[in-house]
Amino acid sequence: MYIRATGNISAQKTFGHPPFLAETAEYTGNRLSCIEPDYKTFIDVKLIRRMSRIIRMGVAAAMECLQEADVKIPDAIVTGTAYGCLEDTGLFLTKMVEFNEELLTPTAFIQSTHNTIGAQIGLMLQCNNYNNAFVHRGFSFESALLDGMLLLKEKEAATVLVGAIDEITNISHTILSRMGFYKQGAVSSLQLFKKNPVAIGSKGTIAGEGAAFFLLANEPSSTDYAKLDGLKTFYKPQGVKEIEEHILSFLDAHSITFNDIDLVITGKNGDAKSDEIFDRLQQTLFTKNNTINYKHLCGEYPTATAFALWMAANIIKSGAVPAALEYSGSKENTIKRVLIYNHYQNLHHSLLLISAC
Amino acid sequence: MSQAVFVAGVGAISAIGKNVAECLDALENSRAGIGHMHYFNSLHRERLPVAEVKMSNDELAQLSGLPTTKSRTALLSMIAATEALTDAGIENLAAFRTGFISANSVGGMDKTENFFAEFLSDNQRGKLRDVVHHECGSISELVADQLGIKEYVTTISTACSSSANSIFFGARLIKNNILDVVVAGGTDALTKFTLNGFNSLMILDEQLCQPFDENRRGLNLGEGAGYIVLVSEKVAAFLKKKPVVTLSGYCNANDAYHQTASSPDGTGSFLAMSGALKKSGLQPADIDYINLHGTGTQNNDIAEGTAIRRLFDPRYPKMSSTKSFTGHTLGGCGGIEAVFSILAIEKGIIYPNLRLQTPMKELPFTPEINFIKNIQVKNVLSNSFGFGGNCTSLIFSKS
Repeated sequence: MYIRATGNISAQKTFGHPPFLAETAEYTGNRLSCIEPDYKTFIDVKLIRRMSRIIRMGVAAAMECLQEADVKIPDAIVTGTAYGCLEDTGLFLTKMVEFNEELLTPTAFIQSTHNTIGAQIGLMLQCNNYNNAFVHRGFSFESALLDGMLLLKEKEAATVLVGAIDEITNISHTILSRMGFYKQGAVSSLQLFKKNPVAIGSKGTIAGEGAAFFLLANEPSSTDYAKLDGLKTFYKPQGVKEIEEHILSFLDAHSITFNDIDLVITGKNGDAKSDEIFDRLQQTLFTKNNTINYKHLCGEYPTATAFALWMAANIIKSGAVPAALEYSGSKENTIKRVLIYNHYQNLHHSLLLISAC
Repeated sequence: MSQAVFVAGVGAISAIGKNVAECLDALENSRAGIGHMHYFNSLHRERLPVAEVKMSNDELAQLSGLPTTKSRTALLSMIAATEALTDAGIENLAAFRTGFISANSVGGMDKTENFFAEFLSDNQRGKLRDVVHHECGSISELVADQLGIKEYVTTISTACSSSANSIFFGARLIKNNILDVVVAGGTDALTKFTLNGFNSLMILDEQLCQPFDENRRGLNLGEGAGYIVLVSEKVAAFLKKKPVVTLSGYCNANDAYHQTASSPDGTGSFLAMSGALKKSGLQPADIDYINLHGTGTQNNDIAEGTAIRRLFDPRYPKMSSTKSFTGHTLGGCGGIEAVFSILAIEKGIIYPNLRLQTPMKELPFTPEINFIKNIQVKNVLSNSFGFGGNCTSLIFSKS
């Protein structure tokens, strides 16, 4: 199946399809917020005012994706979000506590439901087709992607819009900081993997958010980025050995070896313990493969693999790896096949295989 | 791809019972579970009836085997999922690829809202253990871990159709040969967040709800969980207790009309029901019973009823809303009502639609008001329609 189009709002300049990561936004501190576009070209001004930030980001990324694909009504809309619409949830909770369950208006409650973004896209398109929302932590995007891929395989759909959306709010950032997820002090995002005294070997990562959509199709088209060949997830592996077994069986299932993979994108996030797994695999499995990271650009969040898939699709389409990705392989070497390996808190592990059309 | 997906086991906990047998007894004796709040606490306790599971968190924790500090949503889920797996009696479960596909609408919100009161006074306060399971998926993982299911775990949240979609997705994972056994369904506990949300929408009934009545006033919120164990043909052949019910049809469609209201002609409901019929290869006349979404709101019941008229006129199957017993359990209702639909086929029974006094004047049919037994029920349609226009219909059939 083919990745026909993408739409991406992230902490980098990605919306509106500017030259692929030609400029890099650098962040100091542990919170990478999305660079939001002017939404007016994609969403009705009256609607924009009513939408919270995550809904705007999700709807705009979806609309950009559909425009690029030249698809008016997809056969299915499937979204993934770990946290859902946090701003509206926090707003309704705050008012409920402050006003002691009285004098509440429904807007924030209505928009807090986890299927709001998929529903808003359906509503704007007047699309009566299949509409689903997955909300499973670090598997949210992967589950949505599996649903979309199966709909294509089952011939229930010829085009599927699949996306992932998660936001950081002041409340969520405060709570997740208290849980010890993020680095303290002035860390430069672009130095996340560098050998500097603040970042290296330290605990915690940097918070991210994003909205990325993909139009998947059974039939090839002139705008295709890449082929999506495979997806595998595994939950709570018991140690690196089990992780290695899953990766090897995934390659085996696609009848390929590491020699057939031109680039590995790994989900390192700067947290010493979390990155140990990737470092180990570098020594055992990815020994001969060129490897790049991505979370210094988008931050860490449960649906960050959607950013990685966007990156992989663009690398294959453009045939180049931007400087921001610190690629050390041969520049002339055209990249035909990419493996993405991510894990979220060593609970949710996923593998994605993408290749040139 | 064309292989059948069988129902090997069922489990449910709701306001009318802590297991399937208790729920069935209440259904047979027209005993609703809706009333004053005893365990749940809200400012609206005197005014708004709810359908509570009649057990404290400590009692639920003991029954579930999970710690009492965990979200009530997880405790309910664990109890119903365990019952379903026990009922299935799959002896060598470890030999099969088993998944847990759950659903809920607000995750561990019952704990989060407690945390929030302290957090708002000082953002360094509030016990973190109360927000650590806020995410919907985290509730599913508490249960999956306790059940020992690891191969595939995910969670769906499409408001009131959430657990119908988890059953739908679970069946497809079996048909696509990704899993052999799936525990699928959903759960939700009463929370202040949802009660106040629905209250602000002014769609809660201050009396006991009257689904499909001309004078209906709104819905009563409930809580509970319902799960079914779906198995492939291969696994079904191994079982001592041979499954007799299959999930023969399903469809997910979107109303695309309004974030919270249904279109007057029930476009989404019609598409979901007709799509499920098409998938199952059945005709409208083959349906013996419809377990209605039937929330009791003005809007839902006329939209659903209009879609049923369009699809079934002039031959209507028997139908009823069991929400007149259990209240509206949101992320749990698709699972609980799937269990009731399957039991209708297995036991040859139809449930009454309680408190129906005046049939809706716009509709040419009236839901069933009596409990019927010793009747042949071959095909049951179960409707779940939710906010965001998400409409899902499932069809269960006698194999």
